[in-house]
Amino acid sequence: MAANPMSQFDVYRIGPEIKVGAFDISFTNASLFMILSTVSILFIFNLGSKKSSILPNKIQLLAELSYTFVSKMISDTAGSKAKPYFAFIFSLFMFVLFCNMFGMIPYTFTVTSHIIVTFVLAAFIFIGVTVIGFIKHGFGYLKLFVPSGVPAVLLPLIVVIEIISYLSRPISLSVRLFANMMAGHTMMKVFGGFVISLGIIGGWLPLSFSVALTGLEILVAFLQAYVFAILTCIYLNDALNLHH
Amino acid sequence: MIKKTYFQLIFFSFFFIKEAFAAESGGMPQLNPEFWISQIFWLVLTFGIMYLVLSKLILPKISNNLETRKSQILENIEAAEKQREDSDAKLKEYDEIISKSKLEANSIFNQAREKAIKDIGAKREVLDKQIDNEIAEAEKEIEALRKNAPDKINKIAIETSSELLQKLIGAEVNNSSISAIVDDLSKRNGDKYYGN
Repeated sequence: MAANPMSQFDVYRIGPEIKVGAFDISFTNASLFMILSTVSILFIFNLGSKKSSILPNKIQLLAELSYTFVSKMISDTAGSKAKPYFAFIFSLFMFVLFCNMFGMIPYTFTVTSHIIVTFVLAAFIFIGVTVIGFIKHGFGYLKLFVPSGVPAVLLPLIVVIEIISYLSRPISLSVRLFANMMAGHTMMKVFGGFVISLGIIGGWLPLSFSVALTGLEILVAFLQAYVFAILTCIYLNDALNLHH
Repeated sequence: MIKKTYFQLIFFSFFFIKEAFAAESGGMPQLNPEFWISQIFWLVLTFGIMYLVLSKLILPKISNNLETRKSQILENIEAAEKQREDSDAKLKEYDEIISKSKLEANSIFNQAREKAIKDIGAKREVLDKQIDNEIAEAEKEIEALRKNAPDKINKIAIETSSELLQKLIGAEVNNSSISAIVDDLSKRNGDKYYGN
């Protein structure tokens, strides 16, 4: 089991089977790591917001730097109108970041390497952004699909392309995160397997690869959380400011 | 490029793994819908709770902290600026006082010097006058002495010569004849003795 690079993505039940109606909502290893991530986020940021000293301590600095980082990201991409959604984007960024980072610890489970998790997040963002767009602009939000300055002949084609690209947003958003996580972890597992199979003589090369990949994967873990959050900001910007 | 090789490697690894572990190959666990509902449920639960706690409790506190820090720093900067201005004003005052007192000291010194010079001048004048008077008196006395000196010498010469003559030749010589000779001699040699 351990040698299969895909077995790390197996979801298994922890404890008894819980059923609500026809739905199985059993506590699984995925649930465990979601809870671990959220609890660590809440723990760290609670510690970081407890005291208000002029010279912040390390944990307070961490919390405040994250706050200003996300706040700057939102105001840079979506402007001041996106301020009410700050808490959501902050939670989203932190949740994805912590799930990705928890996945980098050996023997852990990566929540974000499951398409269903990333898809639910992306679908929620997609629906939310669409609803916000229609609330803010009414049917004028449909102007998003009609870019200005396009010749009338090309317009039907462009509109179709715009609609497809809009509808594919949740898929691209979710698959990007899921595929990156899955690919990276699979790679690491494969190289780890090579270390074992090539043994003490030939195992050093894949081992060095493994070390390098760990660094790369930590970067990817951060980067994908950032990309996820910033794309959400960009979609929100479309809904709030309607540039087309 | 890196990404391409990356995915190629994964692809080949699947191939390799499929060959090696054909017995337990089950595809991607992600596509197994057995626990999808459970994952959605727990995701919504944990993310929802985290969102609520963050947005209602923690993030306002952090933003509040940041705001208070900002305002406090601004206040401190303002206070520092004010104090700097105060100290500048005080420094100016101090400089003024110092320059004033320097001027005062200078004027006092000058006055004292002038007064001292005047005093010295007055005293010197008085002393000079005194000295001049004394010199004049002394000169007068000397002049008088000098005027009297030939007469006295002549008298002494006459008396001595008359006594000498008396003792030598025992004759009484008329004083008037002797005095005529002495006068004649002294006139002739006066320039030699009192030549001025």
